[in-house]
Amino acid sequence: MILDKNDLVQIYKQMLTIRRFEEKVAEFLAQGTIHGTGHLYIGEEAIAVGACRAIKDEDYITSTHRGHGHCIAKGADLNKMMSELLGKETGYCRGKGGSMHIADVETGNLGANGVVGGGIPIACGAGITIKMKKLKRVVLCFFGDGAVNQGVFHESLNLASVWDLPVVFICENNLYAMSTATKIAFKIKDLSLRAASYGMPGVKVDGNDVLKIYEEVIKAASRARDGRGSTFIVCDSYRWKGHSRSDAERYRTKKEVMEWKKRCPIERFKKYLLDRGYLNREVAEQIEGEVNLSIQEAVDFAQKSPFPSLKTLEQDVYAS
Amino acid sequence: MPTVELTYREALRRALREEMVRDENVYMMGEDIAIYGGAFGVSLGLLEEFGQERIKDTPLSESVIVGAALGSALTGMRPVAEIMFMDFITIGMDQLINQAAKIHYMYGGKACVPMVLRTPGGSGTGAAAQHSQSLEGLLCHIPGLKVVMPSSPYDALGLLKSSIRDNNPVVFVEHKLLYSQKGLVPEKEYLVPLGKSEVKREGTDLTLVALSVMVVRALKAADKLAQEGISVEIIDPRTLVPLDSEAIINSVKKTHRLLIVHEACKRGGFGAEILSQIEESDAFDYLDVPIRRLAGSDIPIPYSPGLEKGAVPQEDDIVEAVRELVG
Ligand SMILES: Cc1ncc(C[n+]2csc(CCOP(=O)(O)OP(=O)(O)O)c2C)c(N)n1
Repeated sequence: MILDKNDLVQIYKQMLTIRRFEEKVAEFLAQGTIHGTGHLYIGEEAIAVGACRAIKDEDYITSTHRGHGHCIAKGADLNKMMSELLGKETGYCRGKGGSMHIADVETGNLGANGVVGGGIPIACGAGITIKMKKLKRVVLCFFGDGAVNQGVFHESLNLASVWDLPVVFICENNLYAMSTATKIAFKIKDLSLRAASYGMPGVKVDGNDVLKIYEEVIKAASRARDGRGSTFIVCDSYRWKGHSRSDAERYRTKKEVMEWKKRCPIERFKKYLLDRGYLNREVAEQIEGEVNLSIQEAVDFAQKSPFPSLKTLEQDVYAS
Repeated sequence: MPTVELTYREALRRALREEMVRDENVYMMGEDIAIYGGAFGVSLGLLEEFGQERIKDTPLSESVIVGAALGSALTGMRPVAEIMFMDFITIGMDQLINQAAKIHYMYGGKACVPMVLRTPGGSGTGAAAQHSQSLEGLLCHIPGLKVVMPSSPYDALGLLKSSIRDNNPVVFVEHKLLYSQKGLVPEKEYLVPLGKSEVKREGTDLTLVALSVMVVRALKAADKLAQEGISVEIIDPRTLVPLDSEAIINSVKKTHRLLIVHEACKRGGFGAEILSQIEESDAFDYLDVPIRRLAGSDIPIPYSPGLEKGAVPQEDDIVEAVRELVG
């Protein structure tokens, strides 16, 4: 799939949408408008956008606690997302899921997950469905570096490999699992080395380079669709904000954060587009305006929406 | 109605066969279920009929067995996963409790997880502490899971078929000592609905609610007691979640006495739940004596044959408990 100018601009716009959405969420978290916790994706936008751009609407993703970016990149409706975060009836889960459980199975988003690594076996299961129904689809399975040390990571990558499941495993290595640096949690420096022990390709990619991610996921996805099995892709990036609502960030320096902010995936891509004339200042401003408007609309929609009635409390424990 | 005699194992196999023929989305996966036929031989022969695409041998990985079953159920399949011993569901517990059980509710009712997890529980085979547990109580505590525990070939067949057709995660608890138990089942296709108990023996002096293999022991005990002139009514709930408490309530109103018998440890066991439900119901006013639970000791299952038997209720223990309550 060759990306044309319009695709490139859309990629930029989507990354910006995630950034602005998360900034709004950060504000709501600080104010207490959002009453639970939230894990922000700011700084890592290139991964979700680059990866999801490489798949089709009918393909699947499994997401994580830091899932807003995946959701938006998979084409979620911002109104329903914001409503869910505010605990409203109009949210994706009718207010029963919240930030860590946003899902839209019909459009292929099999859900965020409150358990680190929890989505990895689920992705394998979707891979089984694809194989058994001969659907030619693919599953993108997102997770953080912390999940790589969960037992299910091992079980799942091995199963995916021996069964040639059409799953692309995408590790978002933002250098920390809460406060635990990857250098404390891993003896190996390059996490993609893990792939070798499952007999699948392991790739390491600059997680702030949206086009590189796109390219690698295109390759891995076509491999998967052709029945040639899974790939493990490690995207190196950085989380700009604290881990969740409350994080004193004692485990890293301001200097380190500043260094990574200089490598902003969105600014970098914007420069790429400007340099090549795919974007000019005027259009960029127009996009900024559209993005801000869509976020404002989502906020308005969510704030106007009702909270779920207590009558729904015991509904939907079991499916009929 | 023409019937055939089948073992519990054969009955389960027939259910699996029929459902796989009926619905191409039904498939099985688990450890050593294909050529080996499963640790207790339930799926023996199904590989030849359905091929390895639908009878999947997995690596030794309980978490991903449960999780992959969930993921494929969420996307349109109807998996029947086998966990070789009930003890090992603990290894897949995150996927079962935190994921499968919650998805329908957590996603606002917009997705469902039609999967069955078959697993053999119970002691009596000398397999000791890590291969003999009855952990159904843990599962019954979790909203979103259904828990089924058949005690006869007839129920095993009909309930497994209903479990496969159910749109929720169902844990289907078999019992190792029952696999070779024989019983008559109709030749024609039939279902046993979830949430419906059965009176396994009618009686007037005492209601005895028994689970799984304890139904078989209770029936033998009741024969003995009948010779002494004690008439025992035996109810098998068959599914613990959903529980048909109505039937128990009605029986207690008739007999005025209740004994609950299960193999799982007494403390926090499912008997406590049944007891509480009767206490809270209008059947309470009908009781002539306090409700009694006869259950496994609160210990890990020991190895040595005498100790192993001593750890869980046997026929004689049931006889004695009934005599005490009626006498
Ligand atoms: C099984 C499990 N253990 C611990 C937690 C608490 N927790 C939530 S996120 C997190 C860190 C995850 O790190 P990583 O996977 O690298 O993702 P990141 O937050 O960096 O995106 C921890 C420890 C959890 N949710 N699940």
